[in-house]
Amino acid sequence: MAQLECRNLTLGYEGKTVATGIDFSLNKGDYLFILGENGSGKSTLAKALLRLNQALAGEILFADGLKANRIGYLPQQTPSQKDFPASVKEIIRSGGLNRGGLFPFYSKEEKERAHTVMEQLELLPLENRCFRELSGGQQRKVLLARSLMATRELLLLDEPAAALDPHATAELYEIIRRLNQEQKITIIMISHDLEAAKKYADKILHIGKDSAFFGAAEDYFKGGTAHA
Amino acid sequence: MLEMLQQIGHILSYPFAVRALIVGILVALCASLLGVSLVLKRMSFIGDGLSHVAFGALAIATALKLSDEMLLVLPITVIAAILLLRGGKKAKIRGDASLALWAVGSLALGYLIINLFGNGGNVAGDVCTTLFGSTSILTLKTADLWICGIMAAVVLLLFFLFYRQIFAITFDEEFAAATGLHTQAYQLLIAAITAVVIVIAMNLVGSLLISALVIFPALAAMQVFKRFRDVMLCSALVGVGAAALGILISFAPTQAPIPMGATVVAVNLVIFLIFALIGKFKSLQIRKSHI
Repeated sequence: MAQLECRNLTLGYEGKTVATGIDFSLNKGDYLFILGENGSGKSTLAKALLRLNQALAGEILFADGLKANRIGYLPQQTPSQKDFPASVKEIIRSGGLNRGGLFPFYSKEEKERAHTVMEQLELLPLENRCFRELSGGQQRKVLLARSLMATRELLLLDEPAAALDPHATAELYEIIRRLNQEQKITIIMISHDLEAAKKYADKILHIGKDSAFFGAAEDYFKGGTAHA
Repeated sequence: MLEMLQQIGHILSYPFAVRALIVGILVALCASLLGVSLVLKRMSFIGDGLSHVAFGALAIATALKLSDEMLLVLPITVIAAILLLRGGKKAKIRGDASLALWAVGSLALGYLIINLFGNGGNVAGDVCTTLFGSTSILTLKTADLWICGIMAAVVLLLFFLFYRQIFAITFDEEFAAATGLHTQAYQLLIAAITAVVIVIAMNLVGSLLISALVIFPALAAMQVFKRFRDVMLCSALVGVGAAALGILISFAPTQAPIPMGATVVAVNLVIFLIFALIGKFKSLQIRKSHI
């Protein structure tokens, strides 16, 4: 059975419909790119998957032990984070709060998990640095590490490469590919970046008012850039 | 100088002075802890707005000749806080504008009511003490001390128990909500505590100066420290230290009495300036070591 399945979703907010007829399903280890123009409902879809918004109609089904609050979400960056006084370690540890635990401190296990995640993303040298003093690419890596703390199954990334330079963008995509291939973490990537989609995706979901597509990446790109 | 210190020591042998000092310290402690989260969430002026609402409510309570004004002032302020902190996202009038609306609106209404329905006494004097801090902190009863103590204990306990959640929500509300934290409940809690702290703090510095207790310690701490935990601790220490020092200074015998609220705020300001200098110096050193 699919790990995540969406059936005939209609998305919108404040009574306005932004996208209809969204159908797709993902298996563990898939790498999905969600493409579409600004305002086509990409972020609204992400919020519906996370249960932050309700879909206007349709169903979202999870299986394989996945739950909405066990998705590792990487939201678009908010302006107030730019001058936030917090160390890298503090931020990464805060990602694991969905594991519960009422004890007011992080357990030894959580701390070790954070250590492992930092090791994987080569963030250990930065662990005591202040978040606001890092470069844009480093900040994104820290937030990616935080979302890894929340999940072992699925990462949902909303334009993670926005405002990054080409070098940092390439590095970020490589890390995400590694997580997908080595740890079989399912990836849902919301992006504008067709080149990256071509390179990394194995499935594509294109949403928009008049054109909707879901299928293998090869099929999407066979028709040139007709869909884009 | 020595004589002055002796005089201050002498005043502290009176229970009313000790009570004022304890209440001042407790209120400042709560305000400075809340302040870190409020400043980082871009809600610095919430204290100011809410205290104006409390001023309006106090005017109504006085006009109604209520025996215990707090019974009206506290609920109204808590409701205003919840509406302000929660409504921020969906409301038609956003954040700062709605805050300004509430603040100025209640200030004007409060002043109107005092003039129309007041007991005809010294209106200017009454208003001035409510706005800049009254001497009522010197007439505190033991019951007031208990209320303050309980409030401070509750705030400290909440910050201790939910420290991780408060950090997560302050840093990134959307992510926190996505991972299943009840962000709305936490917002409500913060709003309610903020309102309670502000109503109690009004006695100390008055409604115009209250923002200082909330934002100065947090801002000072952020100049120097780079970890959230350190910022929290430092903010609490600065808040407590400035309140204690300010209150003690205001006890000093001078020709005209020194206004307590303004003194506490002035001490806060001086500490902030010192911390800002230290912060500048530190960042210069870091830059040097990188070259």
